[in-house]
Amino acid sequence: MARLIVNGQLREAPVEDDTPLLWVLRDVFGLTGTKFGCGIAQCGACTVHIDGKAVRSCVLSVGSIGNRAITTIEAIGETPAGASVQKAWLDIEVVQCGYCQSGQIMSACALLVKTPHPDDSDIDAAMAGNICRCGTYVRIRAAIKNAAASLHG
Amino acid sequence: MTKTLISSPHETLSRRAMLRVGAAAGGGLLLAFHSPFARALGANANVGRQFASEPFSPNAFIRIDRAGKTTLVIPQAEMGQGVYTSLSMILAEELDAAFETVAVEAAPPSDALYGNPIFGIQATGNSNSVRAFWNKLRAAGAGARAILIAAAAARWKVLPTSCTAENSLVIHAPTGRKLSYGALADAAAKLTPPANPPLKDPKDFKLIGKPLKRLDTPNKVNGKALYGIDMLPAGVKFATLAACPVFGGKVGHVDDSRTRTVAGVRQIVALDDLVAVVADHVWAAKKGLEALDITWNEGPNARIDSAFLWQDIKAASEQAGAVAKSIGDVQSALKDADAVEAHYELPFLAHAPLEPMNCTVHVRPDGCDVWVGTQVCARTQAIAAKVTGLPPEKVAVHNQLLGGGFGRRLDVDGTEKSVRIAQRVDGPVKVVWTREEDIQHDYYRPIYYDRITATLKDGEINAWNDRITGSSVMARWFPLGYQHGVDIDGVDSAIDEPYDIPNMRVEFVRHEPPEIPTGFWRGVGPNNNVFAIESFIDELARKAGKDPIDFRLPMLARKTPRLKAALDLAAQKAGWGKPLPPRTGRGVAVQVSFASFIATISEVEVDPDGEVFVHRITSAVDTGIAVNPDTIVAQLQGGLIFGLTAALYGEITIANGRVQQSNFNDYRMLRIDQTPSIDVHLIRSGEPPGGIGETGATAAPPALRNAIYAATGIPLRRLPFDRDVLAGRKAS
Repeated sequence: MARLIVNGQLREAPVEDDTPLLWVLRDVFGLTGTKFGCGIAQCGACTVHIDGKAVRSCVLSVGSIGNRAITTIEAIGETPAGASVQKAWLDIEVVQCGYCQSGQIMSACALLVKTPHPDDSDIDAAMAGNICRCGTYVRIRAAIKNAAASLHG
Repeated sequence: MTKTLISSPHETLSRRAMLRVGAAAGGGLLLAFHSPFARALGANANVGRQFASEPFSPNAFIRIDRAGKTTLVIPQAEMGQGVYTSLSMILAEELDAAFETVAVEAAPPSDALYGNPIFGIQATGNSNSVRAFWNKLRAAGAGARAILIAAAAARWKVLPTSCTAENSLVIHAPTGRKLSYGALADAAAKLTPPANPPLKDPKDFKLIGKPLKRLDTPNKVNGKALYGIDMLPAGVKFATLAACPVFGGKVGHVDDSRTRTVAGVRQIVALDDLVAVVADHVWAAKKGLEALDITWNEGPNARIDSAFLWQDIKAASEQAGAVAKSIGDVQSALKDADAVEAHYELPFLAHAPLEPMNCTVHVRPDGCDVWVGTQVCARTQAIAAKVTGLPPEKVAVHNQLLGGGFGRRLDVDGTEKSVRIAQRVDGPVKVVWTREEDIQHDYYRPIYYDRITATLKDGEINAWNDRITGSSVMARWFPLGYQHGVDIDGVDSAIDEPYDIPNMRVEFVRHEPPEIPTGFWRGVGPNNNVFAIESFIDELARKAGKDPIDFRLPMLARKTPRLKAALDLAAQKAGWGKPLPPRTGRGVAVQVSFASFIATISEVEVDPDGEVFVHRITSAVDTGIAVNPDTIVAQLQGGLIFGLTAALYGEITIANGRVQQSNFNDYRMLRIDQTPSIDVHLIRSGEPPGGIGETGATAAPPALRNAIYAATGIPLRRLPFDRDVLAGRKAS
């Protein structure tokens, strides 16, 4: 039985310790905003925050998480960075199919918390692990800059 | 810390429905089919039932209830191209509906009601949603509007022509009276829409042509949007599968003794051609599958490899093909001067939509539910009916948002396999492909071998023979599109190439790669043809001693002035002709594809090691009336990146009958740190709308190839680009 703190709530899942967090979120807790794309930490669609840091939940076993706080796309809008990033994503109209965007937004939020005014190379470093098959990268870059400006002035 | 919550997916749904998700940023609409209630039922469970609660449904696309709630039923699948918004704009424009209040629903399966007017079946493909439905949806909106006005005029006892409509209201200006569409719904329902309702003059458009916010995006930034893979019907189990790694191979023997000890595994389903493991969650299913000891009967295809396939197609291209187009006298004209010949090779490609293939199915004795994101809703229903033996009307297909389509979801193999698995499972089962299974069991963009021969006269092309050799996807998917040896998609953008050439012939040689399934891939025929044509045009320009744009312009000006105008604009915006640093070049590609006219210029640097750095891409596009201009720009931006991925990395290779690539580590995608700046310039036009979704994917590879040619002088003739050739380690 895994005990996890997800979006501020303690939850239990009857799974083995080696189960990646992704599948517990999606299949056990029904939090389907976090997406499966590759299963080998190559695409970033499954990105969540553990204590505020962006991690790939498809390779993070639930047994390794302990009491650390898990935040998913469903709750990121409750943080100032999350709300700013979501708004910027809509203002710039970043999204196409949208399947990767949960992960993109989680990576972008973690970046803005750590680096309030990211330049292009900061954005490259933080976002290169997130694949967008629709190719929304140009707008992702613009939206991150917009969010930074609205969040930190 | 709050108390422990329950943890089964079914029970969690109601919790999740109440979950407050932070700031609904952007003020977008809440789509009806994304409401928590609809979620529990399946996203569009209410679609396809009779529209009893909405009295006014003048056609299959519009419903208005007594409270005035307007629901638009969208026949085409939303896969990122913005079609829920653009088709809603067309309907709402002619309906004069208040756009901010419309709700959008995915259409249920029906070729009769929702068939694509170009295909005659319910299909989202060929970049034609707006083009195909332009007249039909305008008429649907205008017809509904006409009878709402007629109903109001009758109530007021005035002439309909004295009334106008605006924002879901009918207005009688002389007396200042107004009635809402909701208040008119009952009366309007008794009237029949006119057969040919008057359509608006485009100068009166209020919505069309404005960069409106998309209806589907607010829920795509907060985790609420539901794709096929997100379906969780009550009691659902989870499965993953393995088909024989060799195409056409069968299951031999399965030893499941280790799998039975994996926690969470419920069932092993071994069929003729695949094995699936059903479990409490996908991870347990995956572990269970990996623990199986499967012996495959690989069959004769285990001998096939890429080298053989290329030899085979090359040999096929030696023979003359079926003539798709012939102008003038190519044979004589090719003899008049030194003919130039080149051939171009394009590889197999997987689609790799970021949402892996998946399908959730519940088979019961008296019916079947299918939850999936598909580009072919009615075909999905038909295949489920065929597999189960149920009548089609007993199969409910709940179409969802697609996490990318790109042509992959034009085929129903995923549904077919999932229904066969679900027949063995008690209750609903969600079958999720691993990325590896998704990439290794695709319907691949076929390999093509293009042989072009031409002669020049007075600095222009005098004769042109283009022989296209490849699979006919149409012959399998839409046989009407393959006639007299010609695949109409296979020759698209080749028979209608934009240059004025007096003697021209296009041939098609159908050549099917043995047992490798081929399918439509974003850009389809034009992808292959525009790459070969535009690459060869640059080689001819060099032979003629001309600048690539100067060489193209006169031949375009005479035949395709809209494309010439696009090229002029792109050249100006890209700074064509301005000096560049060493090992850097600009390349151009022009195309008429999907009824859009596009010129693209790329600027790239090639380092001594053969690595390619794309600095900048500029496109100018005339796509006729731009229904939602921002969507058009977005589609080109994204499509160009899709095309760059193909040009720089995309290749599926075969060894021992198996696909050698498996995941994003060896089937690479362009990432943000490699993405150039992209400028798209939209040309205002009053012509009917063109298609846009696949154009960028078509434009990028030749524009990039020609920039590399300019930077290095190396005429690359195959995709993806070979760094060894560019570094001089290997001959081109």
